[in-house]
Amino acid sequence: MHIIESGNVAAALGVQLAEAAVIAAYPITPQTPLTEKLSELVDAGEMKAQYIPVESEHSALAVCIAASSTGSRTFTATSANGLLYMTEQLNWAAGARLPIVMCVVNRGIGAPWTVWNDHQDAVSQRDTGWIQLYACDHQQIVDSVIKAFALAETVSIPVMVCYDGYILSHTYMPFELPDPEQVRTFLPDFSPQYALDPLCPKNLNTVTLPDIRPDIRNETAPGYMEIRHNLHTDMRKSLGILEDIEKRFETVFGRGGDPFIEPYRTDDAQYVAICMGSLSYHLRDVIDKLREEGVSVGVAGLRVYRPFPDKAVAEAFSGKKGLIVFEKALSYGYQGAMFADIKAALYGCSDRPFVKNYILGLGGREIKTTELAGALRDSCHPGSESADASEWIGLKM
Amino acid sequence: MRYDIIETRWHGRGGQGAITAAKIVAEAAFRTGYSGVVMAPTFGTERRGAPVFTSLKFAGTKIYDLSPITEPDMVIVLDHLLIEEVDVAAGLKPGGLIVINSPKAPEAYSFPGMRVATADVTNIALTGGLPPGIVNTGIIGAFGKAAGLMTIDSLCEAIEAEFAGKNGRKNADVARTTYEHTRVGDV
Repeated sequence: MHIIESGNVAAALGVQLAEAAVIAAYPITPQTPLTEKLSELVDAGEMKAQYIPVESEHSALAVCIAASSTGSRTFTATSANGLLYMTEQLNWAAGARLPIVMCVVNRGIGAPWTVWNDHQDAVSQRDTGWIQLYACDHQQIVDSVIKAFALAETVSIPVMVCYDGYILSHTYMPFELPDPEQVRTFLPDFSPQYALDPLCPKNLNTVTLPDIRPDIRNETAPGYMEIRHNLHTDMRKSLGILEDIEKRFETVFGRGGDPFIEPYRTDDAQYVAICMGSLSYHLRDVIDKLREEGVSVGVAGLRVYRPFPDKAVAEAFSGKKGLIVFEKALSYGYQGAMFADIKAALYGCSDRPFVKNYILGLGGREIKTTELAGALRDSCHPGSESADASEWIGLKM
Repeated sequence: MRYDIIETRWHGRGGQGAITAAKIVAEAAFRTGYSGVVMAPTFGTERRGAPVFTSLKFAGTKIYDLSPITEPDMVIVLDHLLIEEVDVAAGLKPGGLIVINSPKAPEAYSFPGMRVATADVTNIALTGGLPPGIVNTGIIGAFGKAAGLMTIDSLCEAIEAEFAGKNGRKNADVARTTYEHTRVGDV
């Protein structure tokens, strides 16, 4: 069944279909109507979940950590400074290997205050040990939320589903609402590897010594470094798991695609634009226009940022002449974080393209189709590769 | 049915229901066969009574460009007094359409090169039993008549689907009456 709703409602309906059992959220700015919708669903009895409003985002994730530790399917959502306020708990959730799913409605961060879209919030949390998926439209939002629970619970790593603030969150468009029975087939009940139980008390994540040691059963217990190595190894493995989940989703629901890079007219293109989120769809119209002008260019949307799909990037773009990275975030003092990651992934390719970086749309600055076309016209020819520093689009100074 | 993107901008005041109106038209457009529908409210901080606008694009295929409308084909104005505060015709394509909730005739307005349609939605809605100031369903009837992109039946169906119970029928009847009383001027 197709419905027309906002991106926030698409996300909320995904959480409802996934039958999350505990939702904790801070309800005030920078929160979005996503959690409001969930509270309505719970209140109306249309969703059997505990909805726990809390006094801060830090507490929201603390509640999720506790609930997830007892084996409950757990969800929260936030944006911008709210996500930053969670940072300590973000790292904890990943270290504790809890399969929490969180929607991050991407917004710029203060100071100065902004409520509008960019990707600085999620990208700045790149190294917390969370998987980060990015959605381009409402169909991908609702589908990604459901896939995120499957992924998180398979690899015991928390997952962020990121989508653009306002551009997707408050915009209405049609999407296919997944059938509840099919969701149940695709996403079975959560069966945790371990769960806190008052009848069988345990200590979890206590002080862990630098070196390995025998535990109370005289078995060798891993040290901090082994535990962290496991997180990293499982994070890398989750790329393969994500691929399996995407295939399984396609079998059940009849839609899907490449879980790493969503291409558009890239096969025969000499140059490729790459970015995350709804901008990659916006760029499709620009690509069509430039193709009519004879510019050999396509666009690719990066759908997962951590773990970074480095092999997929190298395979997709090796042999291209140029790769143009559009980013709504910046590693201050260097360049776009995704730009650096993409260059690193291409370093081992013998036939690697030049890579160029454009920073744009920070704090909701309007991204004009004409500006995107101009940047690509400037970039899609030999000799445009000299610029190593990031260029800015739409800057008025 | 047109296959290019049709861009419409809905001007109202915060709390007046312009978003709901655009959402209802989005539903009707989708049911009519426009598979690409995107409705985006003003991005920012809305205040009650302040001028706001919502954009609605629809097309025969999926719409990928979610950027704000700069050159609309049509603008719909829920309160004629807004014309004194806001440049409602900003960016309007030559030969574009302006639909206004106004007691005046289309000829009373001067938008060179544009088509103007008017209907006294405020009065029709009041006579139709809606609370004073509820014009966001009536204006849909005026849009339906002037734009001619969807039938009044499909618009009324979408109105009834939006509001539960008797309210839906009442609102749909107001839209139908407005449709019949809309005056469309020449370019």
